[in-house]
Amino acid sequence: MIRLLRRLGYALALPVLLLVVWWITTDDSENFYLPPLRTILRAFAETWTLERFQADVLPSLARFAAGYALAGVVGVTVGLLIGGLRWLRALLEPVLEFFRAIPPPVLVPVIMLFAGIDHTMKVVVIAVGAVWPILLNTVEGVRSVDEVLVDTCRAYQLRRFARLRHVILPAASPQIVTGLRQALSIGIILMVISEMFASSNGLGYTIIEFQRSFAIPEMWSGILLLGLIGFALSVLFRAVENRVLAWYHGLRRAQRSS
Amino acid sequence: MLVIEALPHTGLVNGRYLPPTSQILAALAEQLGRAEFWTALADTLRAWAIGLAIAVAAGVLVGVLIGSVPVLRALTASTIEFLRPIPSVALIPLAVLLYGTELRSTLLLVVYASFWQVLVQVLYGVQDVDPVADDTARSYRLGVWGRIRYVVWPTALPYVMTGVRLAASVALVLAITAQLVIGSPGLGALIARAQASNAIPVMYALVVVTGILGVVINLVARAAERRVLAWHISVRREVAT
Repeated sequence: MIRLLRRLGYALALPVLLLVVWWITTDDSENFYLPPLRTILRAFAETWTLERFQADVLPSLARFAAGYALAGVVGVTVGLLIGGLRWLRALLEPVLEFFRAIPPPVLVPVIMLFAGIDHTMKVVVIAVGAVWPILLNTVEGVRSVDEVLVDTCRAYQLRRFARLRHVILPAASPQIVTGLRQALSIGIILMVISEMFASSNGLGYTIIEFQRSFAIPEMWSGILLLGLIGFALSVLFRAVENRVLAWYHGLRRAQRSS
Repeated sequence: MLVIEALPHTGLVNGRYLPPTSQILAALAEQLGRAEFWTALADTLRAWAIGLAIAVAAGVLVGVLIGSVPVLRALTASTIEFLRPIPSVALIPLAVLLYGTELRSTLLLVVYASFWQVLVQVLYGVQDVDPVADDTARSYRLGVWGRIRYVVWPTALPYVMTGVRLAASVALVLAITAQLVIGSPGLGALIARAQASNAIPVMYALVVVTGILGVVINLVARAAERRVLAWHISVRREVAT
């Protein structure tokens, strides 16, 4: 119990301290750009009402979810394919490296040409940007599957599909998860960027709109909300990862302690 | 490339949206002859280099400090975990207000995004120090600096280099994003302008340039990593084969 309390104390001490410092130093702030924390928090409560949530935050999150899911499915499928076929990998590797190196936000104007500025465009932008880390990590994961395992499967005459399902996919999953984690932050960035660029609703649009109309406390509250969403998504991801990869983390721990 | 050349000719894709490779290359060649393009490229690279340098210096300094003092580590863990996933683009409006379209607003985003990459890797690296080596150094009465220099630093260096490599590409992404959205001078701003004025081949050419830039930065970072870590076991094996 005491240990738990101490850990809680350690975890909370600095954030609380920082908030207190922020509160005190800005409390009588006359600076237009740095309003008192009190004002920001009040603006937060007033701005992000349930209505606003439905009108702006939910569409953003829905687009993010759709784009991310699309990137995940395409990335893993194509990654398994490319990773499994040596000649295909040799053929495509340079092209893939090039596409990954293009900073994803520059795709926003390109994809806008094809898909206009509606819902689809944003989903496609998120998917196109987030697919590369997933794809390349999957390829790496498939490539590093233990060859003895694969040969054993062949010797037992496991079908191609069974081999994929029971050997290659689990063996590559730690790498795939790494790719998914990288894609998560890219996805959030693209969600915001695509809305800042061209949109009529959504989180990024709202924040930029506040900034343009010099509604500074509201803008700060939007930044705060974005931060909270980023944090929440990463916590959620970690929870899922710990569940799915429990066997892997356990294995690593066992290997380390031995 | 051939596929992209062929697609618009077959009429499968509207040529206005996806110009054939030849047109993109022509636009690229034309851009290469313009002073404006080179200034933009230099601006982008400058923002990238300065931002990366600040982020790496700060990340290593803070990382070694926090990593070597257990109390600090415990105290800061929750804050770092909270601040790290905050998308750096959330800072765009703030940067615009504070610095307008100057270089500094690009730098703010670049430094913020790449700082965490370095910091987290340094923290992992410092944690990875062999306790026996540390105890040995202590019993030889190495001072704090001596321990950092001869025990912590060599252990953490591979992690630091990984952090630098990750940060280098993140910094490029953020530099171009900032220019694209805020309009601070650089390649991103050129792309935004080309798109706004419907100069599609030029836009594609510039996108290709950013891609090449990304590949080059990747290659350079990888080469630097191999060079700095030539003594390290994981690289030594690679270099030998």
